[in-house]
Amino acid sequence: MPKDSGIGASSKRREDVRFLTGRGKYTDDINLRGQAYVHFLRSDVAHGRINGIDTGEAAAMPGVVRIFTGADFEGVGGLPCGWQVTDRHGNPMQEPAHPILAQGKVRHVGDPIAAVVADSYAQARDAAEAIVLDIEELPAVIDMKAAVEGGPKVHDDLESNLCYDWGFVEENKDAVNAAFEAAAHVTTLELKNQRLVANPMEPRVAVGDYAPGTGDSTLYTTSQNPHVIRLLMGAFVLGIPEHKLRVVAPDVGGGFGSKIFHYAEEAFCTFAAKAIERPVKWTSSRSEAFMSDAHGRDHVTKIELALDADGMFQAIRTETFANMGAYLSTFAPSVPTWLHGTLMAGNYKTPLIYVNVKAVFTNTVPVDAYRGAGRPEATFQLERVIDKAAREMGIDPVELRRKNFITEFPYATPVAVEYDTGDYNATLDKALEVADVSGFEARRAASAAKGKWRGLGLNCYIEACGIAPSALVGQLGARAGLYESATVRVNATGGLVVMTGSHSHGQGHETAFPQVIAEMIGIDESMIEIVHGDTANSPMGMGTYGSRSLAVGGSAMVRATEKIINKAKKIAAHLLEASDADIELKDGQFSVAGTDKSVAWGDVTLAAYVPHNYPLEDLEPGLEETAFYDPSNFTYPAGTYICEVEVDPDTGKVSIERFTAADDFGNVVNPMIVEGQVHGGLAQGIGQALLESCVYDANGQILSASYMDYAMPRADDVPYYSVDHSCQTPCTHNPLGVKGCGEAGAIGSPPAVVNAVVDALQRNGKDVTHIDMPLSPARVWAAMNG
Amino acid sequence: MTTVSMTVNGKSVSGDVEGRTLLSAFLREGQGLTGTHVGCDTSQCGSCVVHVNGAAVKSCTLFALEADGAEVTTIEGMANADGSLGTIQQAFQDYHGLQCGFCTPGMVMSAAALLKDNPKPTEAEVRHYLEGNICRCTGYHNIVKAIMAASGQDVVAVAAE
Repeated sequence: MPKDSGIGASSKRREDVRFLTGRGKYTDDINLRGQAYVHFLRSDVAHGRINGIDTGEAAAMPGVVRIFTGADFEGVGGLPCGWQVTDRHGNPMQEPAHPILAQGKVRHVGDPIAAVVADSYAQARDAAEAIVLDIEELPAVIDMKAAVEGGPKVHDDLESNLCYDWGFVEENKDAVNAAFEAAAHVTTLELKNQRLVANPMEPRVAVGDYAPGTGDSTLYTTSQNPHVIRLLMGAFVLGIPEHKLRVVAPDVGGGFGSKIFHYAEEAFCTFAAKAIERPVKWTSSRSEAFMSDAHGRDHVTKIELALDADGMFQAIRTETFANMGAYLSTFAPSVPTWLHGTLMAGNYKTPLIYVNVKAVFTNTVPVDAYRGAGRPEATFQLERVIDKAAREMGIDPVELRRKNFITEFPYATPVAVEYDTGDYNATLDKALEVADVSGFEARRAASAAKGKWRGLGLNCYIEACGIAPSALVGQLGARAGLYESATVRVNATGGLVVMTGSHSHGQGHETAFPQVIAEMIGIDESMIEIVHGDTANSPMGMGTYGSRSLAVGGSAMVRATEKIINKAKKIAAHLLEASDADIELKDGQFSVAGTDKSVAWGDVTLAAYVPHNYPLEDLEPGLEETAFYDPSNFTYPAGTYICEVEVDPDTGKVSIERFTAADDFGNVVNPMIVEGQVHGGLAQGIGQALLESCVYDANGQILSASYMDYAMPRADDVPYYSVDHSCQTPCTHNPLGVKGCGEAGAIGSPPAVVNAVVDALQRNGKDVTHIDMPLSPARVWAAMNG
Repeated sequence: MTTVSMTVNGKSVSGDVEGRTLLSAFLREGQGLTGTHVGCDTSQCGSCVVHVNGAAVKSCTLFALEADGAEVTTIEGMANADGSLGTIQQAFQDYHGLQCGFCTPGMVMSAAALLKDNPKPTEAEVRHYLEGNICRCTGYHNIVKAIMAASGQDVVAVAAE
């Protein structure tokens, strides 16, 4: 029987009401009295030397308040990078300066050169057109291999375009090579994981405000982690102490990673608001977003899998080029390394793994985390090479996976992580059942009868979520902690507010988080309110990404609520004249064990704030507690995805006919929300597999910088999905036993789609072993026609 | 500046606009109706869909002056008279047809236009009709389900994952 409230209930989302009636409050809905508007003049060349910027005519145009250039930011900090990777020789990565407005050179199309602040957007845009730029165009480097083989240097003051050359685990390299020498079979695959753009539907917005009377700065911004922005911008860019800087991220219209990072426009609006003593607002256009939001993926990889004669995996060896773009975005260096190399074991007990990653600067928009971040790249190459190996060795792809599955937990991989729990056979079996794989042949025949080629593709994935232990990530180069916080403030009349550093931008925290606390206390969910997104009213927290909100933020909330309950029990014990060890809390009633004496939750909370009859000598009045939670490990959601496609042999067009996801997310708080998260991830993964690609030409012009050119998945590109999360091996190290569900869909789906298309072609006699994404009709047709 | 007048959600409004002012900007900035969202600059995403004289229109493709004298309905005008959610809005909540909420106003407005012309659409018809509305969060599954349910059709089989 499904529950109707608390943990496990599909509670309807309370935030929906405001979104469905047009009463959401997104950053662009914020307008401050007297605000000015900024328009950024951006580079239209990929690489160039700035010889002059003449703003004279523009500055005299109607409405212009002030025009800023890189010269205004001399002595101001640049955008910091939050993760330092150490290369395979023990040296730190090369880390270029990243000024707020370009200084000396422009390094990608979209690099901001000047900022025009005016009384209206239209005036700012008009004036920007009157700025006279003298930019000497330089040869640009776009291709990663060209960049490290003597191509033009993106940063003149760095030794080369190589950010780092990372080896993992470097000590295993010789043993891995030896295993390849001895292997009965080696499967090799070269592939690309193409550049994508996250494309949350809400473009980025920043509104800077400054109060001359107090010297306080406020930034309203479209962020997944306002505290992180406060820390990075305050401490590293503008030199504003945290107590004089407030960052607010109100309703945020999706993020998918791209709103984690600290961007130049945020620092600019905060800086300029102080300079002109007026609020300054920037709203990105979609075209600007394509040129200024951090991009995702963009790996070129060669993977080799060594197997023995029985198909047991012996070793994996990979070499990846990872595009950093022109500058290091906030967490960019961590994505191809610690979020990618550590996942190369997948679901399998491969004893030896060596991952080499060369991170490269090019004249392109910076690349950073996008839904899955490193884990989709790891899963894609692994699951593609396994599929190829199965075909080469004549082993059923399901059986090849199954015989190599990790089956005992905890399991320490050769790539530095320890999986706490999992049951990969269970999710595989569930997926085979839900997908009705036994009925595939009949469906294939039906497709064939109408001239379509049907194929079936499988993918097993694991991801590391709940990012994560501060001590560990600190060793790995993170320049931040990765705990989460919650303050639970109980009001006198029994309702309570939870202030959390986790940020909701579509995940439904305002609904799911109260379900947890309601269950713990035994009160109605409607008595609990979640407050987030404002550094002024929530404790320091690290925000929402890496499927961490419930696993880390939820755990902090549980810990704080436990403190509340412990204190409330002491108050109840006083009121009931009993020992607090004998007090039990159930359904919102405190009772003395074994008696009929009880007191209601609301009476205890009232006593805490009206302490007339209260143990004041032993206990402070009030009922408010804070907890910070820093987990001991990542969480490891896993599952199996199965895709069925039809390929039109005349056109190469692929259609997704069926898609099944069987995930193990551990315990589930709100199944409806979890399923929705998977659906969204699937569409993004199918989008990557079939449609999306951020394309540059050789000169560094972005050819896909609008929705006319960047193929976003639309409603008729995807089917109804079948998703199942009934296989649950709870996480062992967080109090809720949850693993996180936000990224799985995007990680698990691209290999399933590509495997299905390759299957369809091979079943029809085409010797096609791989097609690079996106599998557009042109690419599929070309592959099948040699 | 030119004065433009129209009826928005049953209320007569007017304002001074430039020739280049888009209807979306007039609604958001002039009227404070910030439920209409702008998600792109090429008339692709559909976050800004409103009804103009009963037809679904991307309000970023229309100059405010072109709507002079028109009857305009925005998401703020879609609830029932007593303030409760309208049928389509309620279906979106019931079937989890929204996540971040940014594309949602346009989705609801498009869905309303679809169901007016085609009260019992097939799944394929719903998906085809939504081609002009991009959602990045939901993968469309629950949006399609919500619209099918709002049209009074059985979606239980779909829900049986």
